[in-house]
Amino acid sequence: MRGATRRRFLAAAVRSAGVVALGAVGCDSRHPQAGFLGLMERANERFQRALFDPGRLAPELSEEEESDPADFPAYKIGPIYPPAPPGWALRVTGLVARPLALGLDDLRRLPGTRTRVRHHCVEGWSAVASWEGVRLSEVARLAGADPRARYVEFRSFEPGYFSSWDLESALHPQTILAYGMNGELLAREHGAPVRLYSAVKLGYKMVKYLSEVSFLPVRTGGYWEDQGYEWFAGV
Amino acid sequence: MLPAPQVEPRRRPLPVERRRPQPTLIRVTHWVNLVLFTVMAGSGLRILAAYPRLGERGQDYGWYPFQGASPPAALTLGGWLAGARHWHFAFAWLFVANAVVYLVYFVASGEWRRRLFFPRRDARNAWGTLLHDLHLRRAEPAPVGLYNGMQRLAYTGVLAAAVLLVLSGLALFEPVQLPRLTALLGGYDSARAIHLLVLAALALFTVVHVVQVALHPRTFVDMTLGGRPPAEEAP
Repeated sequence: MRGATRRRFLAAAVRSAGVVALGAVGCDSRHPQAGFLGLMERANERFQRALFDPGRLAPELSEEEESDPADFPAYKIGPIYPPAPPGWALRVTGLVARPLALGLDDLRRLPGTRTRVRHHCVEGWSAVASWEGVRLSEVARLAGADPRARYVEFRSFEPGYFSSWDLESALHPQTILAYGMNGELLAREHGAPVRLYSAVKLGYKMVKYLSEVSFLPVRTGGYWEDQGYEWFAGV
Repeated sequence: MLPAPQVEPRRRPLPVERRRPQPTLIRVTHWVNLVLFTVMAGSGLRILAAYPRLGERGQDYGWYPFQGASPPAALTLGGWLAGARHWHFAFAWLFVANAVVYLVYFVASGEWRRRLFFPRRDARNAWGTLLHDLHLRRAEPAPVGLYNGMQRLAYTGVLAAAVLLVLSGLALFEPVQLPRLTALLGGYDSARAIHLLVLAALALFTVVHVVQVALHPRTFVDMTLGGRPPAEEAP
């Protein structure tokens, strides 16, 4: 091998190793939203936002494709599935012309919708259930959400449980405030009285036991997001 | 008196048969790929550990023998699910970028001619090599140029597998936004199984590859330093 090419090879190898090493230096598994990993999460968010088409619907599935309800797992973040506080109503707040407080009956009187789509969990499993509720876009219209609110924060009456979304995903036609599951009233272990459900996000973005929906000009984090899970989490 | 400066004749690219076995870009991308692939495989296995089953919830694939068995922790990277996901989705871009550099060079330089498997040139040779390696035939077919037929078959298979690996990964990352790709792969859970099976196939290849390199250390030197061009044949 000639000296010149060897030098060229070594230089190229050192440069490449340097890039990889620099990358690895900025990788802390316990703080994945910092350093190089965090930088790449933001790049991936841009990629997912670019790919996101607000008019694209996830395939609506048939009843035969529904998972056995026993196979659709229920998760909780505290020791128990929290019961709704007495006099519960869903508050709609933030940059809205008409702040609202909607009880379950109020929500059920609004134009309803049903969606049966594949659920994608961050853990890797998928399952199918059918969900009944009100499109969030309907509630946004009713409350007169200001278009300057680019983010929507969903809060739970379970303390510390919340998630912040981009407005486009929140207003997607398959993003709903669900009060029914598989033809029945939503069970407590699935987020009663009302939970968020969506075809365009991973499961952990769908806050259960909802108490407040806020249209905000800024993004906040979330219960899972603040631990290190991706903020955008589109599918 | 100083010697007259030597004017180098303008270098034209050598015909591919007369080049060194492993040109610079092939070597650099090969070794960079080793690092990136290790990161992708380790973080991928940690993601698998969060739900170590194949098939949708309640409908495990019957053919998969490791339902519920987590991959050994020593083979995983990222520590926990969110950490591993950040590693995986960050290094996926570097993995693809390195592969693109490789493929552009592979095509533009003409290297594909002596590396890809062409049945007319390589099929008989591959069969003969296989019989020889299995001690079923004494005579070893001579390599045709750079590689024997079996090598070309294996390396071409790896390229095809890598394409499938990236496509199935994209389908898992954005199953709703890439509906045609997801459907082409048989749906989300099928894409997840394909993603793991391709990894298994590439792991198997790597084992055989390392054994073969250990048996033929010259190839390791060539992949590191480039090697010598084949001797010119007498006119």
